[in-house]
Amino acid sequence: MRTFALVRPALSLLILLTVVTGVAYPLAVTGLAQALFPRQANGSLVERAGKPVGSSLIGQDFSDAKYFWARPSATAPMPDNGTASGGSNLGPSNPALTDAARQRIAALHAADPGNTQPVPVDLVSASGSGLDPEISPAAADYQLDRVARSRGLSPQRVRELIAANTTGRQFGLLGEPRVNVLLLNLALDRIVAH
Amino acid sequence: MTANDFIQIGVFLAVLLLLLKPMGSYMSLVFAETPNRVTRLGGGIERLLYRLGGVRSDEDMGWKRYALAMLLFNLFGLLLVYLLQRVQQWLPLNPQHFGNVSPDSAMNTAISFATNTNWQGYSGETTMSYLTQMLGLAVQNFLSAATGIAVLVAVVRGFVRRGAGALGNFWVDLTRATLYVLLPISLVIALLLVSQGVVQNFKPYVDVPVVQTTTYANPVTDAAGNPVKDASGNPETRPAQLTTQTLPMGPAASQVAIKMLGTNGGGFFNANSAHPYENPTPFSNFIEMLAIFLIPGGLCVMFGQMVGDRRQGWAILATMLVIFVPLTVGLVAAEQAGNPALHSLVAQQAVDQHASALQAGGNMEGKETRFGVAASGLFAAITTAASCGAVNAMHDSLTPLGGLIPMWLMQLGEVIFGGVGSGLYGMLAFAVVAVFIAGLMVGRTPEYLGKKIEAFEMKMASLAVLLPCALVVICTAIAVLLPAGVAGIANPGAHGFSEILYAVSSASNNNGSAFGGLSANTPFWNVLLGVCMFLARFPLAIAMLAMAGALAAKRHVPESAGTLPTHTPLFVALLACVVIVVGALTFLPALALGPIAEYLMSATGH
Repeated sequence: MRTFALVRPALSLLILLTVVTGVAYPLAVTGLAQALFPRQANGSLVERAGKPVGSSLIGQDFSDAKYFWARPSATAPMPDNGTASGGSNLGPSNPALTDAARQRIAALHAADPGNTQPVPVDLVSASGSGLDPEISPAAADYQLDRVARSRGLSPQRVRELIAANTTGRQFGLLGEPRVNVLLLNLALDRIVAH
Repeated sequence: MTANDFIQIGVFLAVLLLLLKPMGSYMSLVFAETPNRVTRLGGGIERLLYRLGGVRSDEDMGWKRYALAMLLFNLFGLLLVYLLQRVQQWLPLNPQHFGNVSPDSAMNTAISFATNTNWQGYSGETTMSYLTQMLGLAVQNFLSAATGIAVLVAVVRGFVRRGAGALGNFWVDLTRATLYVLLPISLVIALLLVSQGVVQNFKPYVDVPVVQTTTYANPVTDAAGNPVKDASGNPETRPAQLTTQTLPMGPAASQVAIKMLGTNGGGFFNANSAHPYENPTPFSNFIEMLAIFLIPGGLCVMFGQMVGDRRQGWAILATMLVIFVPLTVGLVAAEQAGNPALHSLVAQQAVDQHASALQAGGNMEGKETRFGVAASGLFAAITTAASCGAVNAMHDSLTPLGGLIPMWLMQLGEVIFGGVGSGLYGMLAFAVVAVFIAGLMVGRTPEYLGKKIEAFEMKMASLAVLLPCALVVICTAIAVLLPAGVAGIANPGAHGFSEILYAVSSASNNNGSAFGGLSANTPFWNVLLGVCMFLARFPLAIAMLAMAGALAAKRHVPESAGTLPTHTPLFVALLACVVIVVGALTFLPALALGPIAEYLMSATGH
């Protein structure tokens, strides 16, 4: 058996297939993507006054009472760090997980002492990516009165804005209903600016 | 479990089953021995590649030569990925100016991608240049998957051919798997993903001013960049203002498409398919889940067509589903029930984890809002049943029983769909063991698909079944006995042991997912898991090729009254039992120390 006879095809096929799958393929996808879906291919950026202020797909950190708060983010060193995505990786029985949940409940109560409803679980649990752009409709409802009061808006007006930034299950079947936090907060800011 | 949970699982299975038959029929044309309308379509490109590469495409290779070609090709690929990482700082397409990767991490990653494992000790957005991702990692996503398919096709030929000395041509099988199967489907998937919001560009990262400036605790580092600790040993922090956010960019969609389709699983970004730029919507999630099972499931159909009895393929597929569906339902149910540790907060009316029209509820730690419990639990089951290893939720934060199921799905040997090619040839090893056991019961020489199963075939099949089991048990023991292994643990108690068991199970079955808290980017872990990944992939593939070589040389035995039919529900039940019994006997003791102990403790309020 001549082993050496296999070396040339092994090396040359590796190089040729690298050119096909590692150069031609990603370039073809990039070309088609930029032609067909330029907004999505470039990060679904959201603009305010002509300047990008974020991406509709990437969550930002909010702590002011007048904004809706996003999912807790476990990225380091700052929350919603776009260059260090990841979850808390806290095990279910780790006391640190329960402590973090207590602290998040305390922070929500401090911003809105009158609110005694149970906190929706997504507001006390860190997201998987640390960049979750969305919260559940329950989490938006929970914060509705606080945001309306801080901004001097009627709860009805804020409810309409939540509805406008809520997406249902895709095709009525897939995933979960959700509210985009960045888009909702930008919509709130636009009202005050008027 | 809610109605929504059942609907999402049901819709996935229905669409998957609709796609498998056309997929299988297409692949049986691609790998057919005679020219047909599919192979004529790309014949020109194929012949050009063979001519440029000096490939003798008409050579019919015996199993040893086939295995040698496979090994050489993968070894060169492995070295290329290693070299790229070691010199990336001097190469183009590195807009973030990442430095060269350390030798142990580069070796681990090279083995990981060449073995179709895609275990990631590194974090994509802060380690790998665009060039390394494209020319190294994404290429291996294609070629390791194509290798798996090629080996499977050769193994199936072992059953089909009669009195033959050869199994086909590795170069042709590899090239066809890449050109006809992986490339065109990846292109379609990539564009569908971009339409949903997956990024695809070569731009540097984008800095944007945030809407609300916030403060955060920034760790203090000394001149050497090491964290400074205060008197009590906690990291010292200083308040800092957060005014900008950096959005990562890159050619993600092209790589994510093949990462799912090739059951590779290596994320472009650290958070993998939980990252909104890697999996932005429930529909992109649905496509990614389908892509994982498309080829492993389609190969079952192709297998039936190649051996000339479609029912044989459906029986194998049915066996996979018989194990997959109940475990998936169990996983989603465990997650939907919520984290037992939060029950005290629920009882105080402080937290609401019930499912309602307004929220998915359940255990949401490490999960994304758009996926909730159903689409996260389903994804976790799919990615570990197949040896994909991509994640859309952090498995380390699954509930104790919800985390047990993905771990056990890997420990079953990655044969419930499994990796592309490797899943089915692993399952065929179990099928050989199953007919052998049935043969023992009636005292008759076992046959499978018209071939007598004798001592050599049994040795090879047993080797393929037992090698990953032995690797998991032995290497877990090594890791928990050495300080360097235990040092990686992030969570206290039984869960810490689970992190180690999960990591070794993942590497030893070429899955690649992790209980991510484990700090595995250390020389010890990089070497240990590198060895596991290598041994689980190549010796097992060689054993199966050796078995196929022996089978191809045999004559066909006509069916008789004493032949055990292998397309019946009885055989499906027998095969499923063999897979489960091997998995349960080997791993129950270890699982009892990890997830089962954690479940019992948290269920009783400890």
